[in-house]
Amino acid sequence: MIPLAVTAFTATSAVGNGNAAHAAALRQGRSGLRRNDFTAQPLDTWIGRVAGLEALDWPQAFARHDCRNNRLAWLGLQQDGLRDAVEDAIRRHGAARVALVLGTSTSSIGATEEAYARLGVDGSFPPDLRRPEVHTPHSLGLFVAHALGIAGPCVTVATACSSSAKVFAQAERLLRLGIADAALVGGVDTLCGSVLFGFNSLELVSREPCRPFDVARSGISLGEAAGFALLERDGAAAAWLIGHGESSDAHHMSSPHPQGLGARLAIGDALARAGIAPGDVDYLNLHGTASQKNDEVEAALIAELFPATLAASSTKGWTGHTLGAAGILEAVICLLALREGFRPGTLNTTTLDPQCGPQLRLQGEYTPVGIAMTQSFGFGGNNCVLVFAQGARR
Amino acid sequence: MSTRLGARIAGIGFWSPLLPGWPVARDVLAGLAPPPAGPPAKASARLLAPTERRRAPDTVAIALDPRSLPSIFASTHGDLPINDYMCSTLATTPALCSPTKFHNSVHNAAAGYWTMGTGCMQPSTALSAWHDTFANGLLEALVQAVAGMTPVLYVAYDVGARGPLAAVSPSEGLLAMALVLDPRGDANPADWRLDASVEALPAPSQSAPAPAPWDALLPANAMRQCLPLLAALTGSGDSSMLLRLGSGSRLAVTVINAAAQGPA
Repeated sequence: MIPLAVTAFTATSAVGNGNAAHAAALRQGRSGLRRNDFTAQPLDTWIGRVAGLEALDWPQAFARHDCRNNRLAWLGLQQDGLRDAVEDAIRRHGAARVALVLGTSTSSIGATEEAYARLGVDGSFPPDLRRPEVHTPHSLGLFVAHALGIAGPCVTVATACSSSAKVFAQAERLLRLGIADAALVGGVDTLCGSVLFGFNSLELVSREPCRPFDVARSGISLGEAAGFALLERDGAAAAWLIGHGESSDAHHMSSPHPQGLGARLAIGDALARAGIAPGDVDYLNLHGTASQKNDEVEAALIAELFPATLAASSTKGWTGHTLGAAGILEAVICLLALREGFRPGTLNTTTLDPQCGPQLRLQGEYTPVGIAMTQSFGFGGNNCVLVFAQGARR
Repeated sequence: MSTRLGARIAGIGFWSPLLPGWPVARDVLAGLAPPPAGPPAKASARLLAPTERRRAPDTVAIALDPRSLPSIFASTHGDLPINDYMCSTLATTPALCSPTKFHNSVHNAAAGYWTMGTGCMQPSTALSAWHDTFANGLLEALVQAVAGMTPVLYVAYDVGARGPLAAVSPSEGLLAMALVLDPRGDANPADWRLDASVEALPAPSQSAPAPAPWDALLPANAMRQCLPLLAALTGSGDSSMLLRLGSGSRLAVTVINAAAQGPA
């Protein structure tokens, strides 16, 4: 495919606000996970919670969009000059020629949960939460379009944990066909009762900080994050999107295909679109949730498909699994790997599962990174793989 | 400027309890048949009615093999009854949350079950754009079809709300529309073609259209957004419509009756 310029990018998660905080935490091995203090009856687990959202100064103009998820989106938009870059793109291309494609898993369902916890005696929503905008999956897209004045096509992708990876593929098609001249992509997901108690009901939540690919791993740590990237056909590129691949497992709603068939298809599609071989990838950010099944399937797949020179890792030990925001968060980690010449390791993990090949790295290392890849696998067997490069290779 | 997005409609599916299936809906909406008598139908998992399959030539039948089609699922609100269940349970007994309900609460549940049911390993997506969901889903379907030069399956649907959520996310009954959009030439006969482009202009504000005679047959469902296209596909001639995509952009859609024009 014709590479797309990433002209701005940023991420905010439990390790901090913006790119510099992420780069520093990844270098220093500083995790953002803490004991769960979320919801009225906190589960015994660890979470990646973003500090300060409750106290954020919320603009009156956005009153009808107020909820935890949009607060995190707003905090994320303040970092790394992202808002300025979008304003500049709007000036150059026109607001209607900028598309908005965002991903989320649960959007602002937390606001709906809160309304149900405070129903009136007649069973109705409390007056402060009678705002239809925050009780629909598109809450995120509605808010960001309003906040930034983006007037082009505006859509929220919700394919669980692949959501904010798939937005890159969707935006690439829009730009390739000339539907838009720039696209703001990204995703936001916040902690809420649905995901904490939902993943708990599936017995996927760990009682300790998650240990991806550890032989004694005991499940996931949930997290929250916001991330954004501005895509254009050309321009002052921080890096380039050179490939994307999508597929379906057609196997099970909440368990990966045992041989990773869908993941294999998405990886193959992404490499083919990028016009590269597996040996060309310098760093691979894995889905690596620390669930028994995901890590087992993913470890075997990487050991089979990639040469030993590849450095692959999961960064969930820093941020937790941020679900619908995982795609963009880990895309940003790849972009930082390219920029900083640093391949992150895998945090909290001490003894690797014997399924893992030599690609799986526990220690981070400084080395030039020319091509970085990330993979995201969601419920419903929904897979997406992205490839980024320093140069456009046109 | 924006590319023209053209595709022939290689298959149409429609479902609502009083108009269960496209052949029934088409004839009733076109005024060619009275509404079916009897109680409302129960939903079945079949997207394309057998009669539609029989009408299709072999090439279309191949294109309709679901395992070969990328799919785009669009729903304004997703599974409202499950959201009502999740939020009620979380407010009272969170530790008793059902694992099955939880994994079915994802917006891409329908897409996931479709790929599992058909063995389809092609890409599948699920999206929402509130009142502009149908238009943005149609745009993504056309873009995927044209960008990949492949037929795609587009499904737009909503279900009825339940519980307190109904006050803020109103939707009643069931309504689903499905299209197989094929961008590849005019080599195969098709009754209808779509020709669309994205315009950098606001969509005209929606004035309430005069109720069609069949209006009462369809529930007050959030996916009534598909009715302009549905009406166009039950007419006899060409028609066009402007669908809002964002605050300053719209999808200009022309629906062309290829059957009326004779073979291309």
